[in-house]
Amino acid sequence: MEQSLQPSAPDSRRAFIEKVSSAVFAGLALNGVKLGAEEKTNTMPASGLPPMPASPFQLSEHVDQDVLIRMQAELERTMKKPFKERRWGMVIDTRKCTGCSSCTVGCVMENKLPPGVVYRPVINEERGTYPDVARTFTPRPCMHCEDPGCTPVCPVEATYKRADGIVVIDYDVCIGCRYCLTACPYQARTFDFGEHWTDNAAKGADGALALTEARAYQNPPNFEYGKHWERSEGLIPGSPVGNARKCTFCTHRLDQGMLPMCVSTCVGRATFFGDLNDPKSLVSELAGQANAKVLKPEAGTQPQVFYLS
Amino acid sequence: MNRNAKILWAIWALLALLGGIGLIERLFLGHRLAAYTSYVPWGMWVAAYIFFIGLSAGAFLLSSLVYVFGVHKLERIAKLALFVAATTLVMSLLTIWFDLGHMERNYEVFTRPHFHSMMAWMVWLYSAYFALLLGELYYALRRDMKSLSAEAIREDDRKLKRLATIGIPLAIAFHGGVGALFGTVSARPFWNSPIYPIMFLVGALLSGGALMTFIVASFWPDKDEAWLDLLQFLGKIVLGFLLFDLLLEWAEFSIPLWYGVGPEASLVKYVLFGPFWYVYWVVHILLGVAVPIYLLAAKRDAKSINLASALVAVTFFAIRLNLVIPGLVTPELKGLENAYVDPIGNHLSYHYVPSFFEWQILMGVVALGIAIFYLGRRHLPLVPNSTSHEVSK
Ligand code: SF4
Ligand code: SF4
Repeated sequence: MEQSLQPSAPDSRRAFIEKVSSAVFAGLALNGVKLGAEEKTNTMPASGLPPMPASPFQLSEHVDQDVLIRMQAELERTMKKPFKERRWGMVIDTRKCTGCSSCTVGCVMENKLPPGVVYRPVINEERGTYPDVARTFTPRPCMHCEDPGCTPVCPVEATYKRADGIVVIDYDVCIGCRYCLTACPYQARTFDFGEHWTDNAAKGADGALALTEARAYQNPPNFEYGKHWERSEGLIPGSPVGNARKCTFCTHRLDQGMLPMCVSTCVGRATFFGDLNDPKSLVSELAGQANAKVLKPEAGTQPQVFYLS
Repeated sequence: MNRNAKILWAIWALLALLGGIGLIERLFLGHRLAAYTSYVPWGMWVAAYIFFIGLSAGAFLLSSLVYVFGVHKLERIAKLALFVAATTLVMSLLTIWFDLGHMERNYEVFTRPHFHSMMAWMVWLYSAYFALLLGELYYALRRDMKSLSAEAIREDDRKLKRLATIGIPLAIAFHGGVGALFGTVSARPFWNSPIYPIMFLVGALLSGGALMTFIVASFWPDKDEAWLDLLQFLGKIVLGFLLFDLLLEWAEFSIPLWYGVGPEASLVKYVLFGPFWYVYWVVHILLGVAVPIYLLAAKRDAKSINLASALVAVTFFAIRLNLVIPGLVTPELKGLENAYVDPIGNHLSYHYVPSFFEWQILMGVVALGIAIFYLGRRHLPLVPNSTSHEVSK
């Protein structure tokens, strides 16, 4: 077993203290007994307590690793598996979320979201009455439900759940009826009304110039689902204008071996992403904890985004 | 033209003009001027669509009373009812077509059928219904447009009866389906109710019957004894459906409201006592129920029936608005309303009041409906003994 390759955590910690104590406090006795002696004899310690039994639990091999490094490695591992055997999921630790909205902004930038379209807003709730208040932050991506409410209603099957668990929308097919918007219990879908961030901007003397500059910035395509999407309005709108839109778990980034943008930009290291089919993945570990819950379980859609609180 | 006619024409021209401008805006600016949002994704157009399509189903079922069940009393209005059904169907399809984000892709409902989707079923069923309506109109009208042998007329009658017989389950299925379109959405507690398909059918019969009554009362060529008799018969039908609809509404509202706890109760309270309370109490209950009941039950003269049926038909739109919008106005997750906003178009809001642009499209559709009706009434033999000059009055 690989466990045997690693020193058990209590052992290593003790060894560490021993090292420190021998270097700094050399010759000093703690309660009359030297730590090293206690380690060796393992008899009745000076405190009078019985010895600690050897713990069956061990800290994970990843204890010293940044979660992003770990998730990155796991992502590469998962992408080597056949498509059908992956099952992407997310865990959000609301205790670590600082409510900074870096994930929202990262997502807006990554997917060039126009005004009115948002994939991952952070719900900011204040509880209690002033001055006895507490705040909770709940980022809300698409839950990529196991049994989604949004997909069966679509009249043209433009939206469906892929074998790897990601619920997608085919922008080339969606007729923009917005039935799916009504059928999602999390309101994770928004409609692209064809707005631009510059619409109300730059009305002054330099308006025209500012607009050309800004438009040059806003016009390049976005790369959702690994394609080029050039939004445009008019008689036949250029998708995704006129379509339902939502979080894609950044499929285009996954295909390039990158974590979803919101995971990368999360300041509090509060968002975890990976393969729920992989029992050794961080998300599987976290989603299996007793405090892992889903939002609105009564909706019955079996979200694949879990919240720790 | 007398003065009244001139005023009516002026109103129509205004509707058509504003509608035309709205149409251009819709085609080139898409949905940007609409006030519905990503959180209240369906607005007045969807309400108008189910309103018009209900009128169509109701008028059609009325005509079927003649063609299938041989209710002779209504025989004289059967063709007119068919034509009204076709006109309102065109109005409804147009309205919902404008509501699509990609109007050019509507054919996909046929080329990429999704058999699980209630919306797909609804589209297929009303397409079949449209074809059937045109067929019925053809066989009902052609005998008056060219001379046919007695044998040919009998043959047409047989075909009519066959089509109308298929039409009854079809109309019930598609309009029940419109109700199910809402009733099946479990994410929306206000809609998610098994009573919806039935309510939609009763509502269709009520609103469609009222519209036919109003049309017969207003545009009939010979306002004689037989006409008054017919009108009173129609008035009774409308009154009956009005009371039945009220009963269903009581069931729909009183159950969640009784203990007043739960998500649906707060939505019903929103309808009854929310910011748009007057839509329910004034438009629906006072003008759409109380006044018509009084006129239909106590007065019963031609003028009263005319007014009552007009009131019922028009205010039924309020019922439709009160069905679509309240299902959508509360956040599915608390706090979502403040989580992220749209500073440009305000399309991430839970507050919905139709914009003028949305009204414009509706005006255009109504103007078109009036035009179709006017032309049909003028050039097709829809009512017995009519001549074109009588019509233009
Ligand atoms: S959260 Fe909503 S949009 Fe996402 S899969 Fe579930 S039902 Fe569909
Ligand atoms: S908006 Fe698009 S994805 Fe949603 S139900 Fe309609 S066609 Fe399907």
